[in-house]
Amino acid sequence: MIVAKQKPIAEIKEMLRPYQKVLILGCGTCVKTCFAGGEDEAATLGAALRLAFGQESKSIETEELTVERQCEDAFIQEAAQAVARNEAVLSLACGAGVQAMARRFAKSVLLPGVNTTFIGVLEKPGLFTEECSGCGDCDLDTFGGICPVTRCSKRLMNGPCGGSKNGKCEVSPDIDCAWQLIIDRLTALGLQGNLKRYIPAKDWRPSLAGGPRRLLREDHVI
Amino acid sequence: MKSDGASKLKSVLAGGGFAVTAECGPPRGANAEIIHRKGEWLKSCVDAVNVTDNQTAVVRMSSLAACLHLLELGIEPVMQMVTRDRNRIALQSDIIGAYSLGIRNMLCLSGDHQSLGSQPEASNVFDIDSVNLVHAVRVMRDEGKDMSGFALNGAPEMFIGAAENPFADPLSYRVVRLAKKIAAGVDFIQTQCVYDLPRFREWMRMAREEGLTEKVYILAGITPLKSAKMAQFMATKVAGMDVPEAVIKRMAGVTGPKAVEEGLKIAIETIAELRAIPGVRGIHIMAIEAEERVPDLVKAAGLMPRPMK
Repeated sequence: MIVAKQKPIAEIKEMLRPYQKVLILGCGTCVKTCFAGGEDEAATLGAALRLAFGQESKSIETEELTVERQCEDAFIQEAAQAVARNEAVLSLACGAGVQAMARRFAKSVLLPGVNTTFIGVLEKPGLFTEECSGCGDCDLDTFGGICPVTRCSKRLMNGPCGGSKNGKCEVSPDIDCAWQLIIDRLTALGLQGNLKRYIPAKDWRPSLAGGPRRLLREDHVI
Repeated sequence: MKSDGASKLKSVLAGGGFAVTAECGPPRGANAEIIHRKGEWLKSCVDAVNVTDNQTAVVRMSSLAACLHLLELGIEPVMQMVTRDRNRIALQSDIIGAYSLGIRNMLCLSGDHQSLGSQPEASNVFDIDSVNLVHAVRVMRDEGKDMSGFALNGAPEMFIGAAENPFADPLSYRVVRLAKKIAAGVDFIQTQCVYDLPRFREWMRMAREEGLTEKVYILAGITPLKSAKMAQFMATKVAGMDVPEAVIKRMAGVTGPKAVEEGLKIAIETIAELRAIPGVRGIHIMAIEAEERVPDLVKAAGLMPRPMK
């Protein structure tokens, strides 16, 4: 899923200062799962903002609404009337959702309420970890299901570097050395041969380095 | 004074000599005096001088520029290059340029992560890794082609080095990675500083068993300690460093100038031990802003005169 973190209330407040009537638009998929922007977060944020502005004697009207997904037109339409009723929309969706909304509602001010962080998993309750960079050319078969592009701080294809110590990365003791994980897993699977293979310089064209990407599925074009 | 011949470091090693190299950190500024001063200290006690590439992710005079300052002094430089700050286009371009200016040796590294440096807010590049860089330089040199396969008008005939850290984990895999670097085309290896001799011996034994010491020149790293505080710092704060408790204790027993002397003594003893290990073909001294002490160390270790002919 896409993992995001709600922006600090002070930052959101400054963004909203010019407006009287604001729609806080939640998104019911990824950001709901990571507690950044679902119905509950939209309601809590609305209350917190009214309270914060109230302390400054500035009145602000907030309306809260959550759609299933802000990255798809079919769901976005449900918010059309609410968007029209307000001066600005604080979107709690990821950056894709914010931009999809902006594209759909050309005359409305769209403001981001969360910082989109990464594609990751729920590792355990309350802990989300980054697993994929969307590099566009998946080599997880070579690396035993552990991605060096994302999980090695130096994106090494032929790791580990000289900073790996006790299974931890030189960047932080909180980060596992991806290469230690790769070596352990390939060894456990009897695939040590993969470790001896020279991995050539990666072709980054399928990644963001090649410019913003698009995926056209001819078979689904209407 | 431009070098027009091949790498002298290569000829020392190929001739069976025990090589001595030292590291020289460029200044954090445009004052070339500093590099000249360091060069003068090192000129008559080593075979070649490594110039670091923004080591510890701190902005310094570029490795290429500092190498040229050394060349002017008649010193043979080893240009270090990290993949942290430049993509493959910039790396290849700099290698070609460096060769055209008389640089004959280079050391291919990934580099410390920028989060450990003075500008942690920087983005990194890591377009390729150090093994890819070794491979690229070898293809440029031996096939005269850049990474796109384009035939170069003049190949950079570099003597190619890389680093290895016998003290990083996992130990069992370190030799596998060394073999990978050799297969990619590395000629010589400079290791992380050796304090833990038993572990270094073990790593060398594994390298010998795989026949790797026949294929690559290994220069063991030496960093003289200056104080107990430095030993402690190296043990806990420097990426990939391993300082055994016994060494820290030994340094803790002395203070001030006596500690500096003790550090030198440890380095001299370590060099003697290293020379006795089959497959060790030289030492690489990383004095870390104490280059003025290198001549005494080399002399006391019985490794003069330098540079070797």
